[in-house]
Amino acid sequence: MDSGFIIEKSVLIVVVFAVTMIMAMYSTWAERKVAAFLQDRVGPNRAGWGGLLQPLADGMKLFAKEEFEPNTPNKFLFFVGPAIAMSTALMTSAVIPWGDKLEIFGRTVYLQATDIDVSLLYIFGVVSVGVYGIMIGGWASNNKFSLMGAVRAASQMVSYEVAMGLSMIALLMMTGTLSLKEISEQQAGMNWNVFYQPVGFLIFLICAFAETNRTPFDLAECESELIGGYHTEYSSMKMGFYLFAEYANMFISSTILAVLYFGGYNYPGMQWMVENVGVNTANVLGIGVLFVKICFFIFFYMWVRWTIPRFRYDQLMNLGWKILIPLSIINIIITGICILAFK
Amino acid sequence: MSPILITFYFLAAITLATAFLTIYSKNPIHSAIYLVLCFFSIAGHYLLFNAQFLAIVHIIVYSGAIMVLFLFTIMLMNLNKEDEVHKPRITRLGAIVVFILTSIVLVTIFINSKTIMGDYDTSGEDFQSIKKLGNVLLNEYMVPFEFASILLLVAMIGVVLLSKKEKTEKK
Repeated sequence: MDSGFIIEKSVLIVVVFAVTMIMAMYSTWAERKVAAFLQDRVGPNRAGWGGLLQPLADGMKLFAKEEFEPNTPNKFLFFVGPAIAMSTALMTSAVIPWGDKLEIFGRTVYLQATDIDVSLLYIFGVVSVGVYGIMIGGWASNNKFSLMGAVRAASQMVSYEVAMGLSMIALLMMTGTLSLKEISEQQAGMNWNVFYQPVGFLIFLICAFAETNRTPFDLAECESELIGGYHTEYSSMKMGFYLFAEYANMFISSTILAVLYFGGYNYPGMQWMVENVGVNTANVLGIGVLFVKICFFIFFYMWVRWTIPRFRYDQLMNLGWKILIPLSIINIIITGICILAFK
Repeated sequence: MSPILITFYFLAAITLATAFLTIYSKNPIHSAIYLVLCFFSIAGHYLLFNAQFLAIVHIIVYSGAIMVLFLFTIMLMNLNKEDEVHKPRITRLGAIVVFILTSIVLVTIFINSKTIMGDYDTSGEDFQSIKKLGNVLLNEYMVPFEFASILLLVAMIGVVLLSKKEKTEKK
């Protein structure tokens, strides 16, 4: 293994980490601005131009707040909860192809930290582990509202993981590979998976909302019933970590949606750009296109949050088990029939 | 020592330590969390065998689904030290006998097994790829594979049946 390889991967990982953090930070700003726009208000506009320094001010405030600990026998687990939530939110970005390749100093640099053979399953694994942050934190708080929030979050995430996995299977049958790099390459031009898997995409989208605990599925922190849900007892930056992890998750799941169903970094005429303008220009444009798609999905998350009210808990479970799972199984069968008929 | 050997000893230490802590911790939730850590280190062992698929599936199924449900149930039951059941002496005796018999079987297996700390053979085939695994499973081991899926289906139907039965009796 040459040192150039290690350097390029390290640089890539640090850049992806920084970008995830910045995107999560500015998602909090964007959320307020979108909410204000949808409710015909102005939104934050004091700190910096258009309130652009608001996330920094929020971060400063959270760091400076008093650290309050509940009287719990599980101090260590109380600390570990937010840490797990944050690290699982950041781990997924390792397998995402942020662009095709760049040519720097005669080296071909692939814009992906690692292209393991089981990328898609890796994402699924990290998502399924993510629930521990909420569960452990909620239980260690020694508060029944926190515990209720944690239990709700856990059962919700476990239920929606099933439908999510089934919708992924239909996609897999089409692509024939689990590697996100190959899935991106297959969608060159306008050959996006969303045109072949519209139902699968819808199921995946709904499950992504449920997995990130966003409205209309934010029953875990349902403030009208549970005070604040699993983070009732958290204060200062520990709570900040939970909130931040939610936005980081939102960014990552938007990325996954864009890569799996909306062509990733591909845009129409990319091949032409590579041949006529240059590899680097075409691929930098590709990264830009991927981020435009990601920003659209983040906006979509916010749009839904400020439009649709929260589900009731039994409605949530009915949707997950009685509608989405049968629908995704039917989707798998239809995909199988189509593959047999057209190939 | 090669890096792989160091990793192996490190993972083995974590696996054994968390496994013992699972049994010895008084709090059932701590036990469950140690068991999750144990499963993660076992997934690490799979990665040392270069079995990526097995490692990831192990994490998804055991750490991600089964242990979450376990924790979920334990949290809802809210077990305390006072609720600890005191087993009768005959049960304890039975447990000891079973333990000794099992360990005899395991020790004989370990003694008679070949050491695996040998050199690696390169067969030129990429056995960690999912395509390879799928071909082997659905060609050579087709029948056992389908039997396993039928077994799972039967178990699933059985669970649904049991939970339904309880509900009608209550009414």
